Amino acid sequence: MRQLISTADLSRADIDDLMVLADSFAEVQTRDVPKVPALRGRTVVLAFFEDSTRTRTSFDLAARRLSADVLNFSVASSATKKGESLRDTVETINAMGIDAIVVRHRSSGTPIQISRWTDAAVINAGDGWHQHPTQALLDAYTLRQRLGDIDGAKIAICGDINHSRVARSNVDLFTKMGAEVTLVGPQTLMPPDISGWPVTISHDLDSLLSEIDVMYMLRIQTERLSAGLFPTVREYRSRWGLTVQRAGELRSDAVIMHPGPMNRGVEIDPEVASEPRCVVLDQVASGIPVRMAVLYQVLGPGRFANEEAAVDRPDVEESNHSVSPTDGSVEAEPDTKQAMAMKEASCQ
Amino acid sequence: MSVVVISGGQIHEAGGQRSATLIINTETGTVDDIVADGAAVQGDQTLDASGCVVLPGFVDLHSHLRQPGNEAAETIETGSRAAALGGYTAVVAMPNTTPCMDSAAVIGEVVNAGRTALCEIKPSAAITMGRDGETLAPMAELVDLGVRMFTDDGTGVQDDQLMRRALEYASSLATDDGTQIILSQHCEVDALSHPGVMHEGAWSAKLGLAGQPAEAEELMVMRDIALARLTGMNVHLQHLSTAGSVEMVRAAKAAGVPVTAEATPHHFCLTDAACASYDPVFKVHPPLRTDADVAAIRVGLADGTIDAVATDHAPHTPDSKEQPFDQAPPGMLGLETAFALALTELDLPLDRLVEMFSSAPARLAGLGARHGGPIEVGRPANLTVVDLEQTWTIAGDRLASLASNTPFEGRTVRGKVRHTLFNGEPVVVDAKAVR
Repeated sequence: MRQLISTADLSRADIDDLMVLADSFAEVQTRDVPKVPALRGRTVVLAFFEDSTRTRTSFDLAARRLSADVLNFSVASSATKKGESLRDTVETINAMGIDAIVVRHRSSGTPIQISRWTDAAVINAGDGWHQHPTQALLDAYTLRQRLGDIDGAKIAICGDINHSRVARSNVDLFTKMGAEVTLVGPQTLMPPDISGWPVTISHDLDSLLSEIDVMYMLRIQTERLSAGLFPTVREYRSRWGLTVQRAGELRSDAVIMHPGPMNRGVEIDPEVASEPRCVVLDQVASGIPVRMAVLYQVLGPGRFANEEAAVDRPDVEESNHSVSPTDGSVEAEPDTKQAMAMKEASCQ
Repeated sequence: MSVVVISGGQIHEAGGQRSATLIINTETGTVDDIVADGAAVQGDQTLDASGCVVLPGFVDLHSHLRQPGNEAAETIETGSRAAALGGYTAVVAMPNTTPCMDSAAVIGEVVNAGRTALCEIKPSAAITMGRDGETLAPMAELVDLGVRMFTDDGTGVQDDQLMRRALEYASSLATDDGTQIILSQHCEVDALSHPGVMHEGAWSAKLGLAGQPAEAEELMVMRDIALARLTGMNVHLQHLSTAGSVEMVRAAKAAGVPVTAEATPHHFCLTDAACASYDPVFKVHPPLRTDADVAAIRVGLADGTIDAVATDHAPHTPDSKEQPFDQAPPGMLGLETAFALALTELDLPLDRLVEMFSSAPARLAGLGARHGGPIEVGRPANLTVVDLEQTWTIAGDRLASLASNTPFEGRTVRGKVRHTLFNGEPVVVDAKAVR
């Protein structure tokens, strides 16, 4: 992996590698000193053109726990307001000599554009309605912990599908991992043409509740109301909200998910958000090891793990083999073979 | 007086071509004589047209020359150079300048700047003041300054009643040269297209970009056909992009409703799949559509439903296109590449290409007396000499426009303009602009 822009770019093997790596990084979290030297000397820029406290904080922590230098470049759209083009902004950041740029932008496609203007690895932290791949990966990681295996799981994603980068990323990732995905909501919140998507569409949440393993609720933004996409919040909740009553019809071992921040009382009732089947806080917690895994694959020696030729590269072979990427010793260098071994194990 | 001789070419005539030598009088700007090849002719300058066809100069119904207001993207001079290199001898300048071309003062500025251009600059004017869709521009006054086309291009006139009144008012105006006044419409119902930045469909769904449904264009095409029927006034429909629009225009023409239409090279060459790169060079309004729409546009051009190819030449500076897709301005270059793309991509006889590029747009623009052929003794020498077999590769930074936003970067096309004569003056010689 040289960058992560869309879950559509990930192979099944890439996903499995990331899950296994995230497991080992989760273990790091439990240590007294939850930090490894894997990305020592690397510089990661967090370029958030749109505010997002939780995603930025999660990436920030993940990078620091890998010993990377982190630079917060708050651009917040002020640069473009001053007339600077996106390209100018990116080239300015690039000129600082960075290794990775984590991009959040309100406009779809900006990470793809940015990747044409920088040699640094581009990691998409959410672009418009398009993709939010690390959210999908942390969702899959959380589900894997709960369900053991996502293959064959029945997942319903309910809400504002059209304006949701989370939905697009999760449809790609969940179906690639073998899940059956149903998208639920009023037609006004569905993308205009998804005939090619590997999903089922439903407008009837009630009919699905008893058969699904995972109920994934999306945030409803009030601006959709003013755009006339549904009549009232009350009516939305009555048809597509995860109310206490509907949660009662879910199986006892069903998993309830939400990417946050939640609108309690709109798409999810407060009581439901607080019940044990709801894994919202696990999702947040998963964000750190999963983003550590992504940063490691993109920037660390792990990035060679999926390139067969790398095995013969002297610089890789001659690097320090003595420790694993999650070794507690701050003096240790991460190990390529470890990542290779992880890949082999996960492919079986 | 000086004499320019065009020798060795095949001169285009209705239904065929003939080998002949043209004698051009640069003082009168007319064709003085057409003689058999090999006849003894004396000229001050001889242009070699061997291997080429000599065509009536092309006329573009739809160019954004950006002057006044955005001279960093294009000027009347640079735009006219691009036009001449593309074989055009006249272009209709769109009125969405800053300030808008809705007053005698601004039209006068454009006319003045056009006097030294490399082709005829025919200003169009806005239908409504400031293109705001609310108050009619002083159409009679602007007609007296030579304006023949009115359009709020960039946006359509949303108000049905105002559009009806504009048509009725225009129908009561007479021109000093007997040419017709035409109202030209950018067909887009804003309420339905907003906030779309590309065609609404499978690609917009995948890319997470807001779409404009085909119906946003088709609803206004439908309305304007109805208003043309109601008022008896010709409506010209700009840059048709959907199969539904083509079908409605075909039916309207069959029913005798006075409508005409144009289509652009990008709408018969490219689809919305190009937007997958998120490169705003592919952002344009109306947006690139589907394969089925492209096919319908091609059929419409072939059967005459669509009267003319227009470029919608829309230069933008690099920095304005180096923005996120949804924030970048729409539009792409067209003047230098249009004919080659049509020749390469459309399987049409040369006669039909000449109709679409020369005679029909010259008539629609009120320029039929000087442009659009036929090539005859005594007629103004607005001519383009094209090598139909020469291939070349499109490169934005080698185009004459100040901007370089061509969506056809790297595409190899057939058909290269060798010479262009504007009112008898060779303005392009051997594929180079003379000034």
